[in-house]
Formats: sequence, structure tokens, C-alpha cells
Amino acid sequence: MTQMNMVQAINDALRIAMRKDERVVVMGEDVGKVGGVFRVTSGLYDEFGDARVVDTPLSEGGIIGAAVGMALYGMIPVPEIQFSDFIWPAYDQIVSEVAKYRYRSGGEYTSKMVIRTPVGGGIRGGHYHSQHPEAQFIHVAGLKVVCPSNPYDAKGMLLASIADPDPVLFFEPKRVYRAAKGDVPEGEYTVPLESAAVVREGRHVTVIAYGAMLYEALDAAQKAAEQGIEAEVVDLRTLWPVDIETIIASVKRTGRLIIVHEAPKTCGFGSELVSLVCEKAFYHLEAPPVRVTGYDTPFPYTLEMEYLPLSHRILPAILDTARAV
Amino acid sequence: MIATRARALALLEQMFLIRRLEEKCAEVYSAGKIRGFLHLYIGEEAVAVGAMAALDAADNVVATYREHGHALARGLTPTAVMAEMYGKATGCSRGRGGSMHLFSTPHRFFGGHAIVGGGLPVAVGLALADSMLGREGVTACFFGDGAVDEGEFHESLNLAALWRLPVLFVCENNLYAMGTALERHESVTDLCVKPRAYGIPAENVDGMDLFAVEAATAHAVSEVRRHRSPFFLEAKTYRFRAHSMYDAEAYRSREEVAEWAQKHDPIDLAVAELTRRGLIDGAEPAAIDLRVRAAVERACEEADAAPLEPVGDLLRDVLAPEVG
Repeated sequence: MTQMNMVQAINDALRIAMRKDERVVVMGEDVGKVGGVFRVTSGLYDEFGDARVVDTPLSEGGIIGAAVGMALYGMIPVPEIQFSDFIWPAYDQIVSEVAKYRYRSGGEYTSKMVIRTPVGGGIRGGHYHSQHPEAQFIHVAGLKVVCPSNPYDAKGMLLASIADPDPVLFFEPKRVYRAAKGDVPEGEYTVPLESAAVVREGRHVTVIAYGAMLYEALDAAQKAAEQGIEAEVVDLRTLWPVDIETIIASVKRTGRLIIVHEAPKTCGFGSELVSLVCEKAFYHLEAPPVRVTGYDTPFPYTLEMEYLPLSHRILPAILDTARAV
Repeated sequence: MIATRARALALLEQMFLIRRLEEKCAEVYSAGKIRGFLHLYIGEEAVAVGAMAALDAADNVVATYREHGHALARGLTPTAVMAEMYGKATGCSRGRGGSMHLFSTPHRFFGGHAIVGGGLPVAVGLALADSMLGREGVTACFFGDGAVDEGEFHESLNLAALWRLPVLFVCENNLYAMGTALERHESVTDLCVKPRAYGIPAENVDGMDLFAVEAATAHAVSEVRRHRSPFFLEAKTYRFRAHSMYDAEAYRSREEVAEWAQKHDPIDLAVAELTRRGLIDGAEPAAIDLRVRAAVERACEEADAAPLEPVGDLLRDVLAPEVG
């Protein structure tokens, strides 16, 4: 075991995957010589050279499009989009090519790749360095969407994503890139995709969170416990396909549900989670499900801490939901 | 040509203002007063100042995320720009935008654009509207060599040429797309080849030479006005500072940066040229410098004192206010 932050853990996973399988190629804007703007790919260029750590032009559509072609030949591209806010020029390639290759070729071809991209606010990044666009990708059939919250999961889930037969969007919560530290095993291991983790047990209310907001949910749960309310906190880890069994099992125990995410509320991932719970556990619910989310606004410049669903907004939701009759 | 002494001094003052305001930005950024990502224009001042000097008030300007210089050269006040950096309600975008999102309707300044290449289609649309509405204006669109990599660049050039739109494309080629050198991100490093492929006339100019930029832009703008069709001007320039405040500059040597700063500083070059022409005396640059430093200090003090956007405004301006 080694103490690592998320940047180090992801870097370690990339290095292990690249050493193990020469089909794995990292590509993106300034991922090589610079080592990535967040230094996630630091040192890879020196070890693997410019044929496997490719500095690309500023061409997001081109990066993902080229990765599709590489994937068709059986390579395993791991393209980085420098900020998820920059992913939109590549949206056509992701939606029309990456997500649909297997389906529309009847399984003849796949465009398996792992698209890594930092997401989320709370770093004073402003409008276009802060967004959390999971819902736009979960809505697209054919993609897996992952968002780990800690170094152990980040490494194990990135290795699982690289080994997975399907295209994966790997969202890295940049607010906790360095703040989230923990013990990480040396060498290769995987954390299975599609498995949520109950990170705090409780009997009064279920709180679902992921990425950087997990820590806000845990903080609120701790404060609720001081007032006698035991919240169970579930870290989704993989957003899609979602581990609905873990969610339903928890909701059946607590009868109450809160969902936390940074993205705006309307048509956010929370909407889908509420629907699923209503479909599968409606008669176990004892209170209306609650979403604590970003507001339906563009990501703000100065008011980001008001926008984000931080602990002080989650806590009253926990208390109110737990006490609702 | 910049014929008069008063005009030459005014442009020199703009360059000093950009330099000193940005140096101040770097200082207060470290103190946490500016958030977001901060991209300094230092070294490239002659491009914005020279180009803007050749535009009229009725023309449109579209800029990049490295647009403090363009905003100041276009006439936005240091107070409005600095307050915006601070995210204060008195800023040119009411504190909503920050460094990369400077806007001003009276200056026909249609923004910083934080997405590389994002401004080019906007410029095409402005020119299309001018064309449809029978307006005389020209749209000047600034972008870097990195934007040439983006698909939007090529779509925009094709549309502007196809529809014969009055767009002046100003490519600020500072030799690096963020941290990737020109020859590592462009298949053909002579950028003028690309617009010519779309039938757009293209020229390049020494972007460190204020007077050359002004003359080249004046010619380019006159061509756009005369033919009501696009023109591409490549200004060869160099960024003296890092791409952003988080850039360790692993992609270029200190020696390279130092050589550019010593031999090609656009302010030094402009002062030398004005002195050679006898338009300036020895004490004037220092006096200008003092004056702009004072203006920058005032801008910071006012920005410090101004209010942040109130929390109650978080939901404002997502959609139009309800009427009635």
C-alpha cells in the first residue's frame, strides 16, 4: 500500500496499463511534454515516448474521431479531454460514432476507448472549467459513465475501464484530485464497474452522491448523526449502468431518498434515479425523494459555493426528509 | 500610417496600460482576488493595439480568452476590466464573466471566448447579419494558432468566403497552442496557406512591431471594406508569460523566452521607433508608464471596494426577466 492522491493513482493506473498492453495509447492536448494541465499524465511521455503518449492539436472532435479509428483496429486509446467543458466539439463523435459503432455494425466493430476528463466546480474555475456534464452522456445509449471519488477507486476503476469491452467516459472530480488521499495497492487490481459502495451505514435516510460531492454528503451525514439522524451514504462510483440493486436495497431499509449532484437539477441524473426508485420501490418510500443539486443556471463565476450542493444544503434535506411523516 | 505624434503616444500608452494591468493581475491573482484561469497577453500587446487602431467604432470585435489587451485597446476602461476580473458587480460583464468573458455593447466588443475557436463562427454570424442588414461594419475576429487546429476554424473560413462576408480574421500566432509548439500541432506551419485554400487573401506581419501591425491591419480592413469579403492577417508574435497561471512551461526553454523578451519586446521596439522618428523625447515613456501605473492602482482600489454580485442574483439572467 502507498499513500496516493487521485492524480497519482490515475497516473499509476495509466502506467500499469501501458506497460502491460502496448495497444494502450494516451492522447490529448498537452498530455505529453507538459504531462497534462493537472499533471495526470506526468512522466508517461518520458517512459513510453511520443508514439504512445500523443500530444495532439486543439481538436477535440479530431482527437475522439481519431481514437475511434484506432479502436476499430483493436488499439485501446485513452484520450483526455482537458476539461469536460471542452468536450462539446467532440460530442458528435462520441454520440454518433463512439456510442453506436457496435450497435449499428451488428457487433462487427466496436469503438472501445476510455475518455478521461476532469469534471466539476469548486476550484474557482469559472464558467468553462467547472461543469459536470454526466447527464448528457448517460442519456446516450452505448456509453458507460464512471466517476470515482477516491484514489483507490480511481486506480481500480480506470484499470477496469481500460479492460472493459465498451467505451467508457471516465469523469475525474478535479476538486478532490489532490485533496482526496488514501492507501492504494501497488500493481494491478480492478474495482468492478457497475458496483456502488455503501460508504456510511444508516437506517433513517439514503443519500446518493458521487465524485467531489460524496465528501459533502458524508460531512452532512456526520452532522445529522449528531442530531440523532442516521444517514446511509452511497457512493455510486459508476453512474451508468447504475448499480440499482444497491440503491433499492438501501431505500428499502430507510424508506427515504436524497440525491446529490453538482449538475443542474432539471433533467439531471437525479431525475433518472428518482424515477428508477419509484418504479422499483415505490411502496417502500415513506417520504418524497429529494434532489440537492446545482441550480438551473450556467455554472457561475463568483457564486460557485452558493451554486454547489454543499454540506450546508444537504444537511437540512437529510433532517427534513428523515423527519417527514 | 500613424502619422501624428499624439496618435503614436496614445497607442504607446495603450501598450503600457495592457502590460502594467496584466502584471498587476498576476500579482493579485496570487493573492486570490481573481478566480478562474488567467491568461496573460504580455508580449503580444502590439497586435491588439495596432489592429484596433485600424478599426472604427462601428466595427465588431470578437476576441479570445487572452483578451484583456483587446478589451483595453478597444477602449474599455481599466476600471471596468479589473472589476470584471475581480468578479465585481461594477465589471464590464457585471461580474458574471471574469477574465475570459469580457463584454461591452458600447464598444461592440462581443466577448472573450473561453473555448478555443469558439469565437470564429460568432464572427461569421455578425458579419452575415451586417451583410443582411446592409450595415457597413467589419468584424475583426482574433484567435490564436491553436484555434487553427479546430474544426470551427475551417467551417468559419469556408462560410465567410462562400458568402463573401466582411470578416477580418486576425490570427495571433504566438508559436504555441497552450504547451504544444506550432510544428508539433500544425501539419503546415505557414498558416496563410489555409485561408488561401478557401479563396481568402492572406498576409502575415511582424506582430511585435506596432507600426507594422497598424499598417497591415489598415490595408486588410480597407480590402474587407472595399470588397465586402474576408481577409486573413497572421500576426507573428510571442507570449512572454506562461499559457496560464498554472503552466510550468516545460515545452520551451528559459533562454528562448529571454531572447524574445530582450530582442523583440513590442514596447521597447515602439519606443525605439518613435525616438528614431523624433516623435517622442527621452522622458516621455517613463511619464506614460507612471500614468498608467496610477490608473491600474486606481482600478484595483475601485475593484477591491466594489460589491460582489449578491447571492440573491444567482438565478438572474438565466432567462429574460419576466415582463409586467
